[in-house]
Amino acid sequence: MDFELMQKVFPFFLEAAWTTILLSVLTAILGLTCGTLGAAARLSRFRSLRFIGAAYVSVFRGTPALIQLFILYFGGPQIGIQLDAFQAGVIGLGINAGAYMTETIRGAIIAVDSGQREAARTLGLSNWQATYKVILPQAARLMVRPLGVNLNMLIKATALVAAISVIELTYTAQRYIGSTYKPFEMFLLAGILYMIILYATGRAVAWVDRKVQIT
Amino acid sequence: MTEQTHFVDIRHAQKSFGSLEVLKDISLTVERGQIVGIIGSSGSGKSTLLRAINDLDPLTGGEVWLDGVQVNKTLPHRQYEKHINAMRQQVGMVFQHFNLFPHMTARQNVTMAPMMLKGLSQEAADKLAEEQLDKVGMLERIDYYPSQLSGGQKQRVAIARALAMEPKLMLFDEATSALDPELVEEVNMVMKKLAEEHMTMIIVTHEMDFAASVCDRVLFMDKGVVVEEGPPEVLFRNPSKDRTREFLRKHLEGAK
Repeated sequence: MDFELMQKVFPFFLEAAWTTILLSVLTAILGLTCGTLGAAARLSRFRSLRFIGAAYVSVFRGTPALIQLFILYFGGPQIGIQLDAFQAGVIGLGINAGAYMTETIRGAIIAVDSGQREAARTLGLSNWQATYKVILPQAARLMVRPLGVNLNMLIKATALVAAISVIELTYTAQRYIGSTYKPFEMFLLAGILYMIILYATGRAVAWVDRKVQIT
Repeated sequence: MTEQTHFVDIRHAQKSFGSLEVLKDISLTVERGQIVGIIGSSGSGKSTLLRAINDLDPLTGGEVWLDGVQVNKTLPHRQYEKHINAMRQQVGMVFQHFNLFPHMTARQNVTMAPMMLKGLSQEAADKLAEEQLDKVGMLERIDYYPSQLSGGQKQRVAIARALAMEPKLMLFDEATSALDPELVEEVNMVMKKLAEEHMTMIIVTHEMDFAASVCDRVLFMDKGVVVEEGPPEVLFRNPSKDRTREFLRKHLEGAK
C-alpha cells in the first residue's frame, strides 16, 4: 500500500470531504423540510393532500435516487430547469430523502397514543393546539433515532452525485485513480473519511436522543 | 331554540359504526348537581354514550344539549371547531388510562389549558395548579412527571387537570378500571369529594358499590339501549328487568 501517495493526496480528499459535509447538511435541511410537509400532507384531513403526500412518497421511494438525479440534471434543461451539478445534487437528494423522512415523521406522529389528542381536545384545545403542544413534543422524541437512520442513508447517498460530477469525496477518489492507478488506496481513503463523518453523525444523533428523552 | 329545561339533555342518541348499531335511540336527562352512574357490560355502549356528550365520538343521529346549547350542531368545519372547543372547555373528562401528558409535570398538565385557553398568567396558573392539586391530595408531587407517579396518583392529577378548566360537568369514563385494587379508593375519595361539592357528574363505572354510594341515579345499559334506570337502592336491590338482574348477579359473582 502506498502510504506516501495517500499522504500526498490527503489534503485534497479533506477538502472534498467538506463538500460532502456541506452537501449532506443542505440535503438534510431540504429533506427535513420536504419530510415535514410530506407528513403534514399525509396526515391532512383533506383527501387531495393525503393523495399528494402518498404519491410523493411512492414516486421518490419507488425509483432509484440516481435516476432522479439524472432526470433533474441531464433532463432538466430540456424542460427549462437549469441547475449546476451541486444544486441539482442538493435538490435531487433532498427531495429523495424527504420521501423517506415523510414516512419517519408520519410514523412518529401516529405512534403517539390517540388518548393524548383526545385528552387535549377534551380540555378545549383546537386540533392544531393539541398537535403542537401535546403530540409533536412526544413525536419528536420518537423520531430522533429513525431520522438518524435517514440521515445516515442520506450521507451515503451523496456519493451518487459523483455521477453528475460534483467534486465531493467519491468523485475525488475516482479522479485521483485516473492519474495514479491506485484504486485501492484512493477508495480506502474516501471510505475512511466517510466513516469518520458517519461516526460523528451517529454520535450526534445519540446525543440529541438522550437530550430529548423525558427525565 | 326549542324549550330547553334540562342541564344535560340527550335526545334520541343513535350511533352506528357501519352496520353495527352501538347506541339505539337513547334519551337521557341530567339536572344540575345530579350524579348519574352508567353501568353495563363491555360493548353495551356506555362509554360511547359518555364520549358522545362532548362529541369525542360523534353521534350518527340525535342531539346532545348542555345548559341550553346544542353540542353536536351541524356547522361548517371551522365554525364547528370553534363551537366544540368552547363546549369542551365546559366539560371535564377523565379517562380510564389517565392520558396525562408524559412530557409535562403534574403542574404543567394542570396549567397548560388554562394558560392557553383562558390566558392565565404563569403566576395565576401556578396558583390554580396548587389549589387543584391540593384538592386531590397531590400537592407534594406537583413537579413530578407522570412516569414518576402511581396509577392512582396519575388519575388524581388527571382529575385536577380537568377541574382547572372549571367545568360545569364532569364525565368519568371508567376512571378506576385500570387501577390496581389498592389504588381505587384514593380516586373514589376524590370523586366523592366532588359529589359533596355538588359537581354534576356522569360516571361510567364497573364498581357497583361506588355507584350505589355516590349516584343519585343509575342507568343499566345493554346492547345499545338503556334497559333500566332508577335510584341506586332500587336498581341494585330490586331491579325490575331480567337483564339487569342477570348482569348484577354475574357481576357480583365476578367480584367474589
